[in-house]
Amino acid sequence: MSEALHPVVVEVNGRRREAHVPARLSLVDWLRDELRLTGTHVGCEHGICGACSVMLDGEPVRSCLMYAVQANGHRITTVEGLAKPDGSLSALQDAFCETHGLQCGYCTSGMLIAAQDLLNRIPDPTEEQIRDAIGGNLCRCTGYQQIVEAVRLAAERMKE
Amino acid sequence: MLQLERPDTLPLCRTRGFLALSYGLTPGPPLKSAPFEYARAASLAEACDLLARYGGDSKVLAGGQSLVPMMAMRLVRPAFLVDINEIDELKFVVIETDFCRIGACTRQMTIERNDWLGARVPLLRQALAWVGHAQTRNRGTVGGSLAHADPSAELPLAARVLGAKMTLRSSKGARTLDAEQFFTGPMSTLVRPDECLEEIHWPVWNGNRTGSAFTEIAIRHGDFAMVAAAAQVALDSSDRCTRAAFGLGGASGTPLAFPEIAVRLVGTKLEDKAIDAAADDAAAETDPGSDLHATKEYRRHLARVLAARALREARDRAVRQ
Repeated sequence: MSEALHPVVVEVNGRRREAHVPARLSLVDWLRDELRLTGTHVGCEHGICGACSVMLDGEPVRSCLMYAVQANGHRITTVEGLAKPDGSLSALQDAFCETHGLQCGYCTSGMLIAAQDLLNRIPDPTEEQIRDAIGGNLCRCTGYQQIVEAVRLAAERMKE
Repeated sequence: MLQLERPDTLPLCRTRGFLALSYGLTPGPPLKSAPFEYARAASLAEACDLLARYGGDSKVLAGGQSLVPMMAMRLVRPAFLVDINEIDELKFVVIETDFCRIGACTRQMTIERNDWLGARVPLLRQALAWVGHAQTRNRGTVGGSLAHADPSAELPLAARVLGAKMTLRSSKGARTLDAEQFFTGPMSTLVRPDECLEEIHWPVWNGNRTGSAFTEIAIRHGDFAMVAAAAQVALDSSDRCTRAAFGLGGASGTPLAFPEIAVRLVGTKLEDKAIDAAADDAAAETDPGSDLHATKEYRRHLARVLAARALREARDRAVRQ
């Protein structure tokens, strides 16, 4: 039995994407396997690790806990959408490189989405606010310290 | 060396990719949940019609922060999902004199950021501070958490302590249940398969010396509570308690409230001794389970300590007003 396919129209990183998806295809699998936006990572696949974080209408959500069909009519920003239009890195991404805010890189795209949301809302966050903002994202390499430093550095640079 | 015939159409390296190839299966996008039929309801009436038609095989999909992982692990396999996320009439906050009305599909983050609501029903914001993470609260809904009825979840406990009322809608009409009746056991409520939670009434305590507090112990912040406690008290001008409510989550199959014990606090000045006695009595009424993380005895110990802590914090906030 072939499953019913549902039409979806989603704006992904500013570009209109259309597809027909089975209802049970998760948003992250659609982004990665069909749109080939592999910057968003799949970690635990049940909403614990935060690796799959993307922005839905500007707010970070876990893309493993949404079906692609639910993104219909919405706006998605993945980590690929954080870089500047010419492809150069954003202030936050640069700061992650400089402070060694990543080692294996698996959590990085989710961390960037969570931290970018924080900086969009609170341009000059306290350390507690930074730690709270990335509280839903697991990192098994850095011990989080350099990630917190990266967000702080980015905040300082963006003030200038 | 594995030869890929059509590399541009193959999925990337997850189980349905290379593994599928080596087992001779047709590669395709990975699908975690069992198949289901899906309908995006445009209105509450349409959602009710769909639920009436598919009844026990259907499930309401709100924020999906609990249902989707359960479906991914195939712990639940609904045949039909009724998606209520696009129903605008289920997303609202109305602040009235004696209560606040919140639409069932209002996002938790919307509630957390609503300062008016924070002032009128402070316990709600205090409870949300313990719920998941920003990414889950952006999507998770107030009604979804209540209807899911995890015994250690924060919003059901807040609803129980404040005596919130839930309005349920079906194609046959609406009915309203008190939180006390609503929760019947772990992950179970009186919501019938053809009903959809429509709105929640949260009572407002109008006295000007009211304080509330929410606290819990979890393995990590944002995890489900091992035990959670919530309290709200009102004082008169001489610091005497005029009204008190408190409860415990994670300590039984449903969130618990203790109105008979709380009423004994009325008339006292909420001295530590009175609070400790109330917390002792409440802990004695709990029936926690044992698991990998904590024994029954430890959870009962937490129940006592946290109930007292919540009551003290609530008192201190009321005294400062």
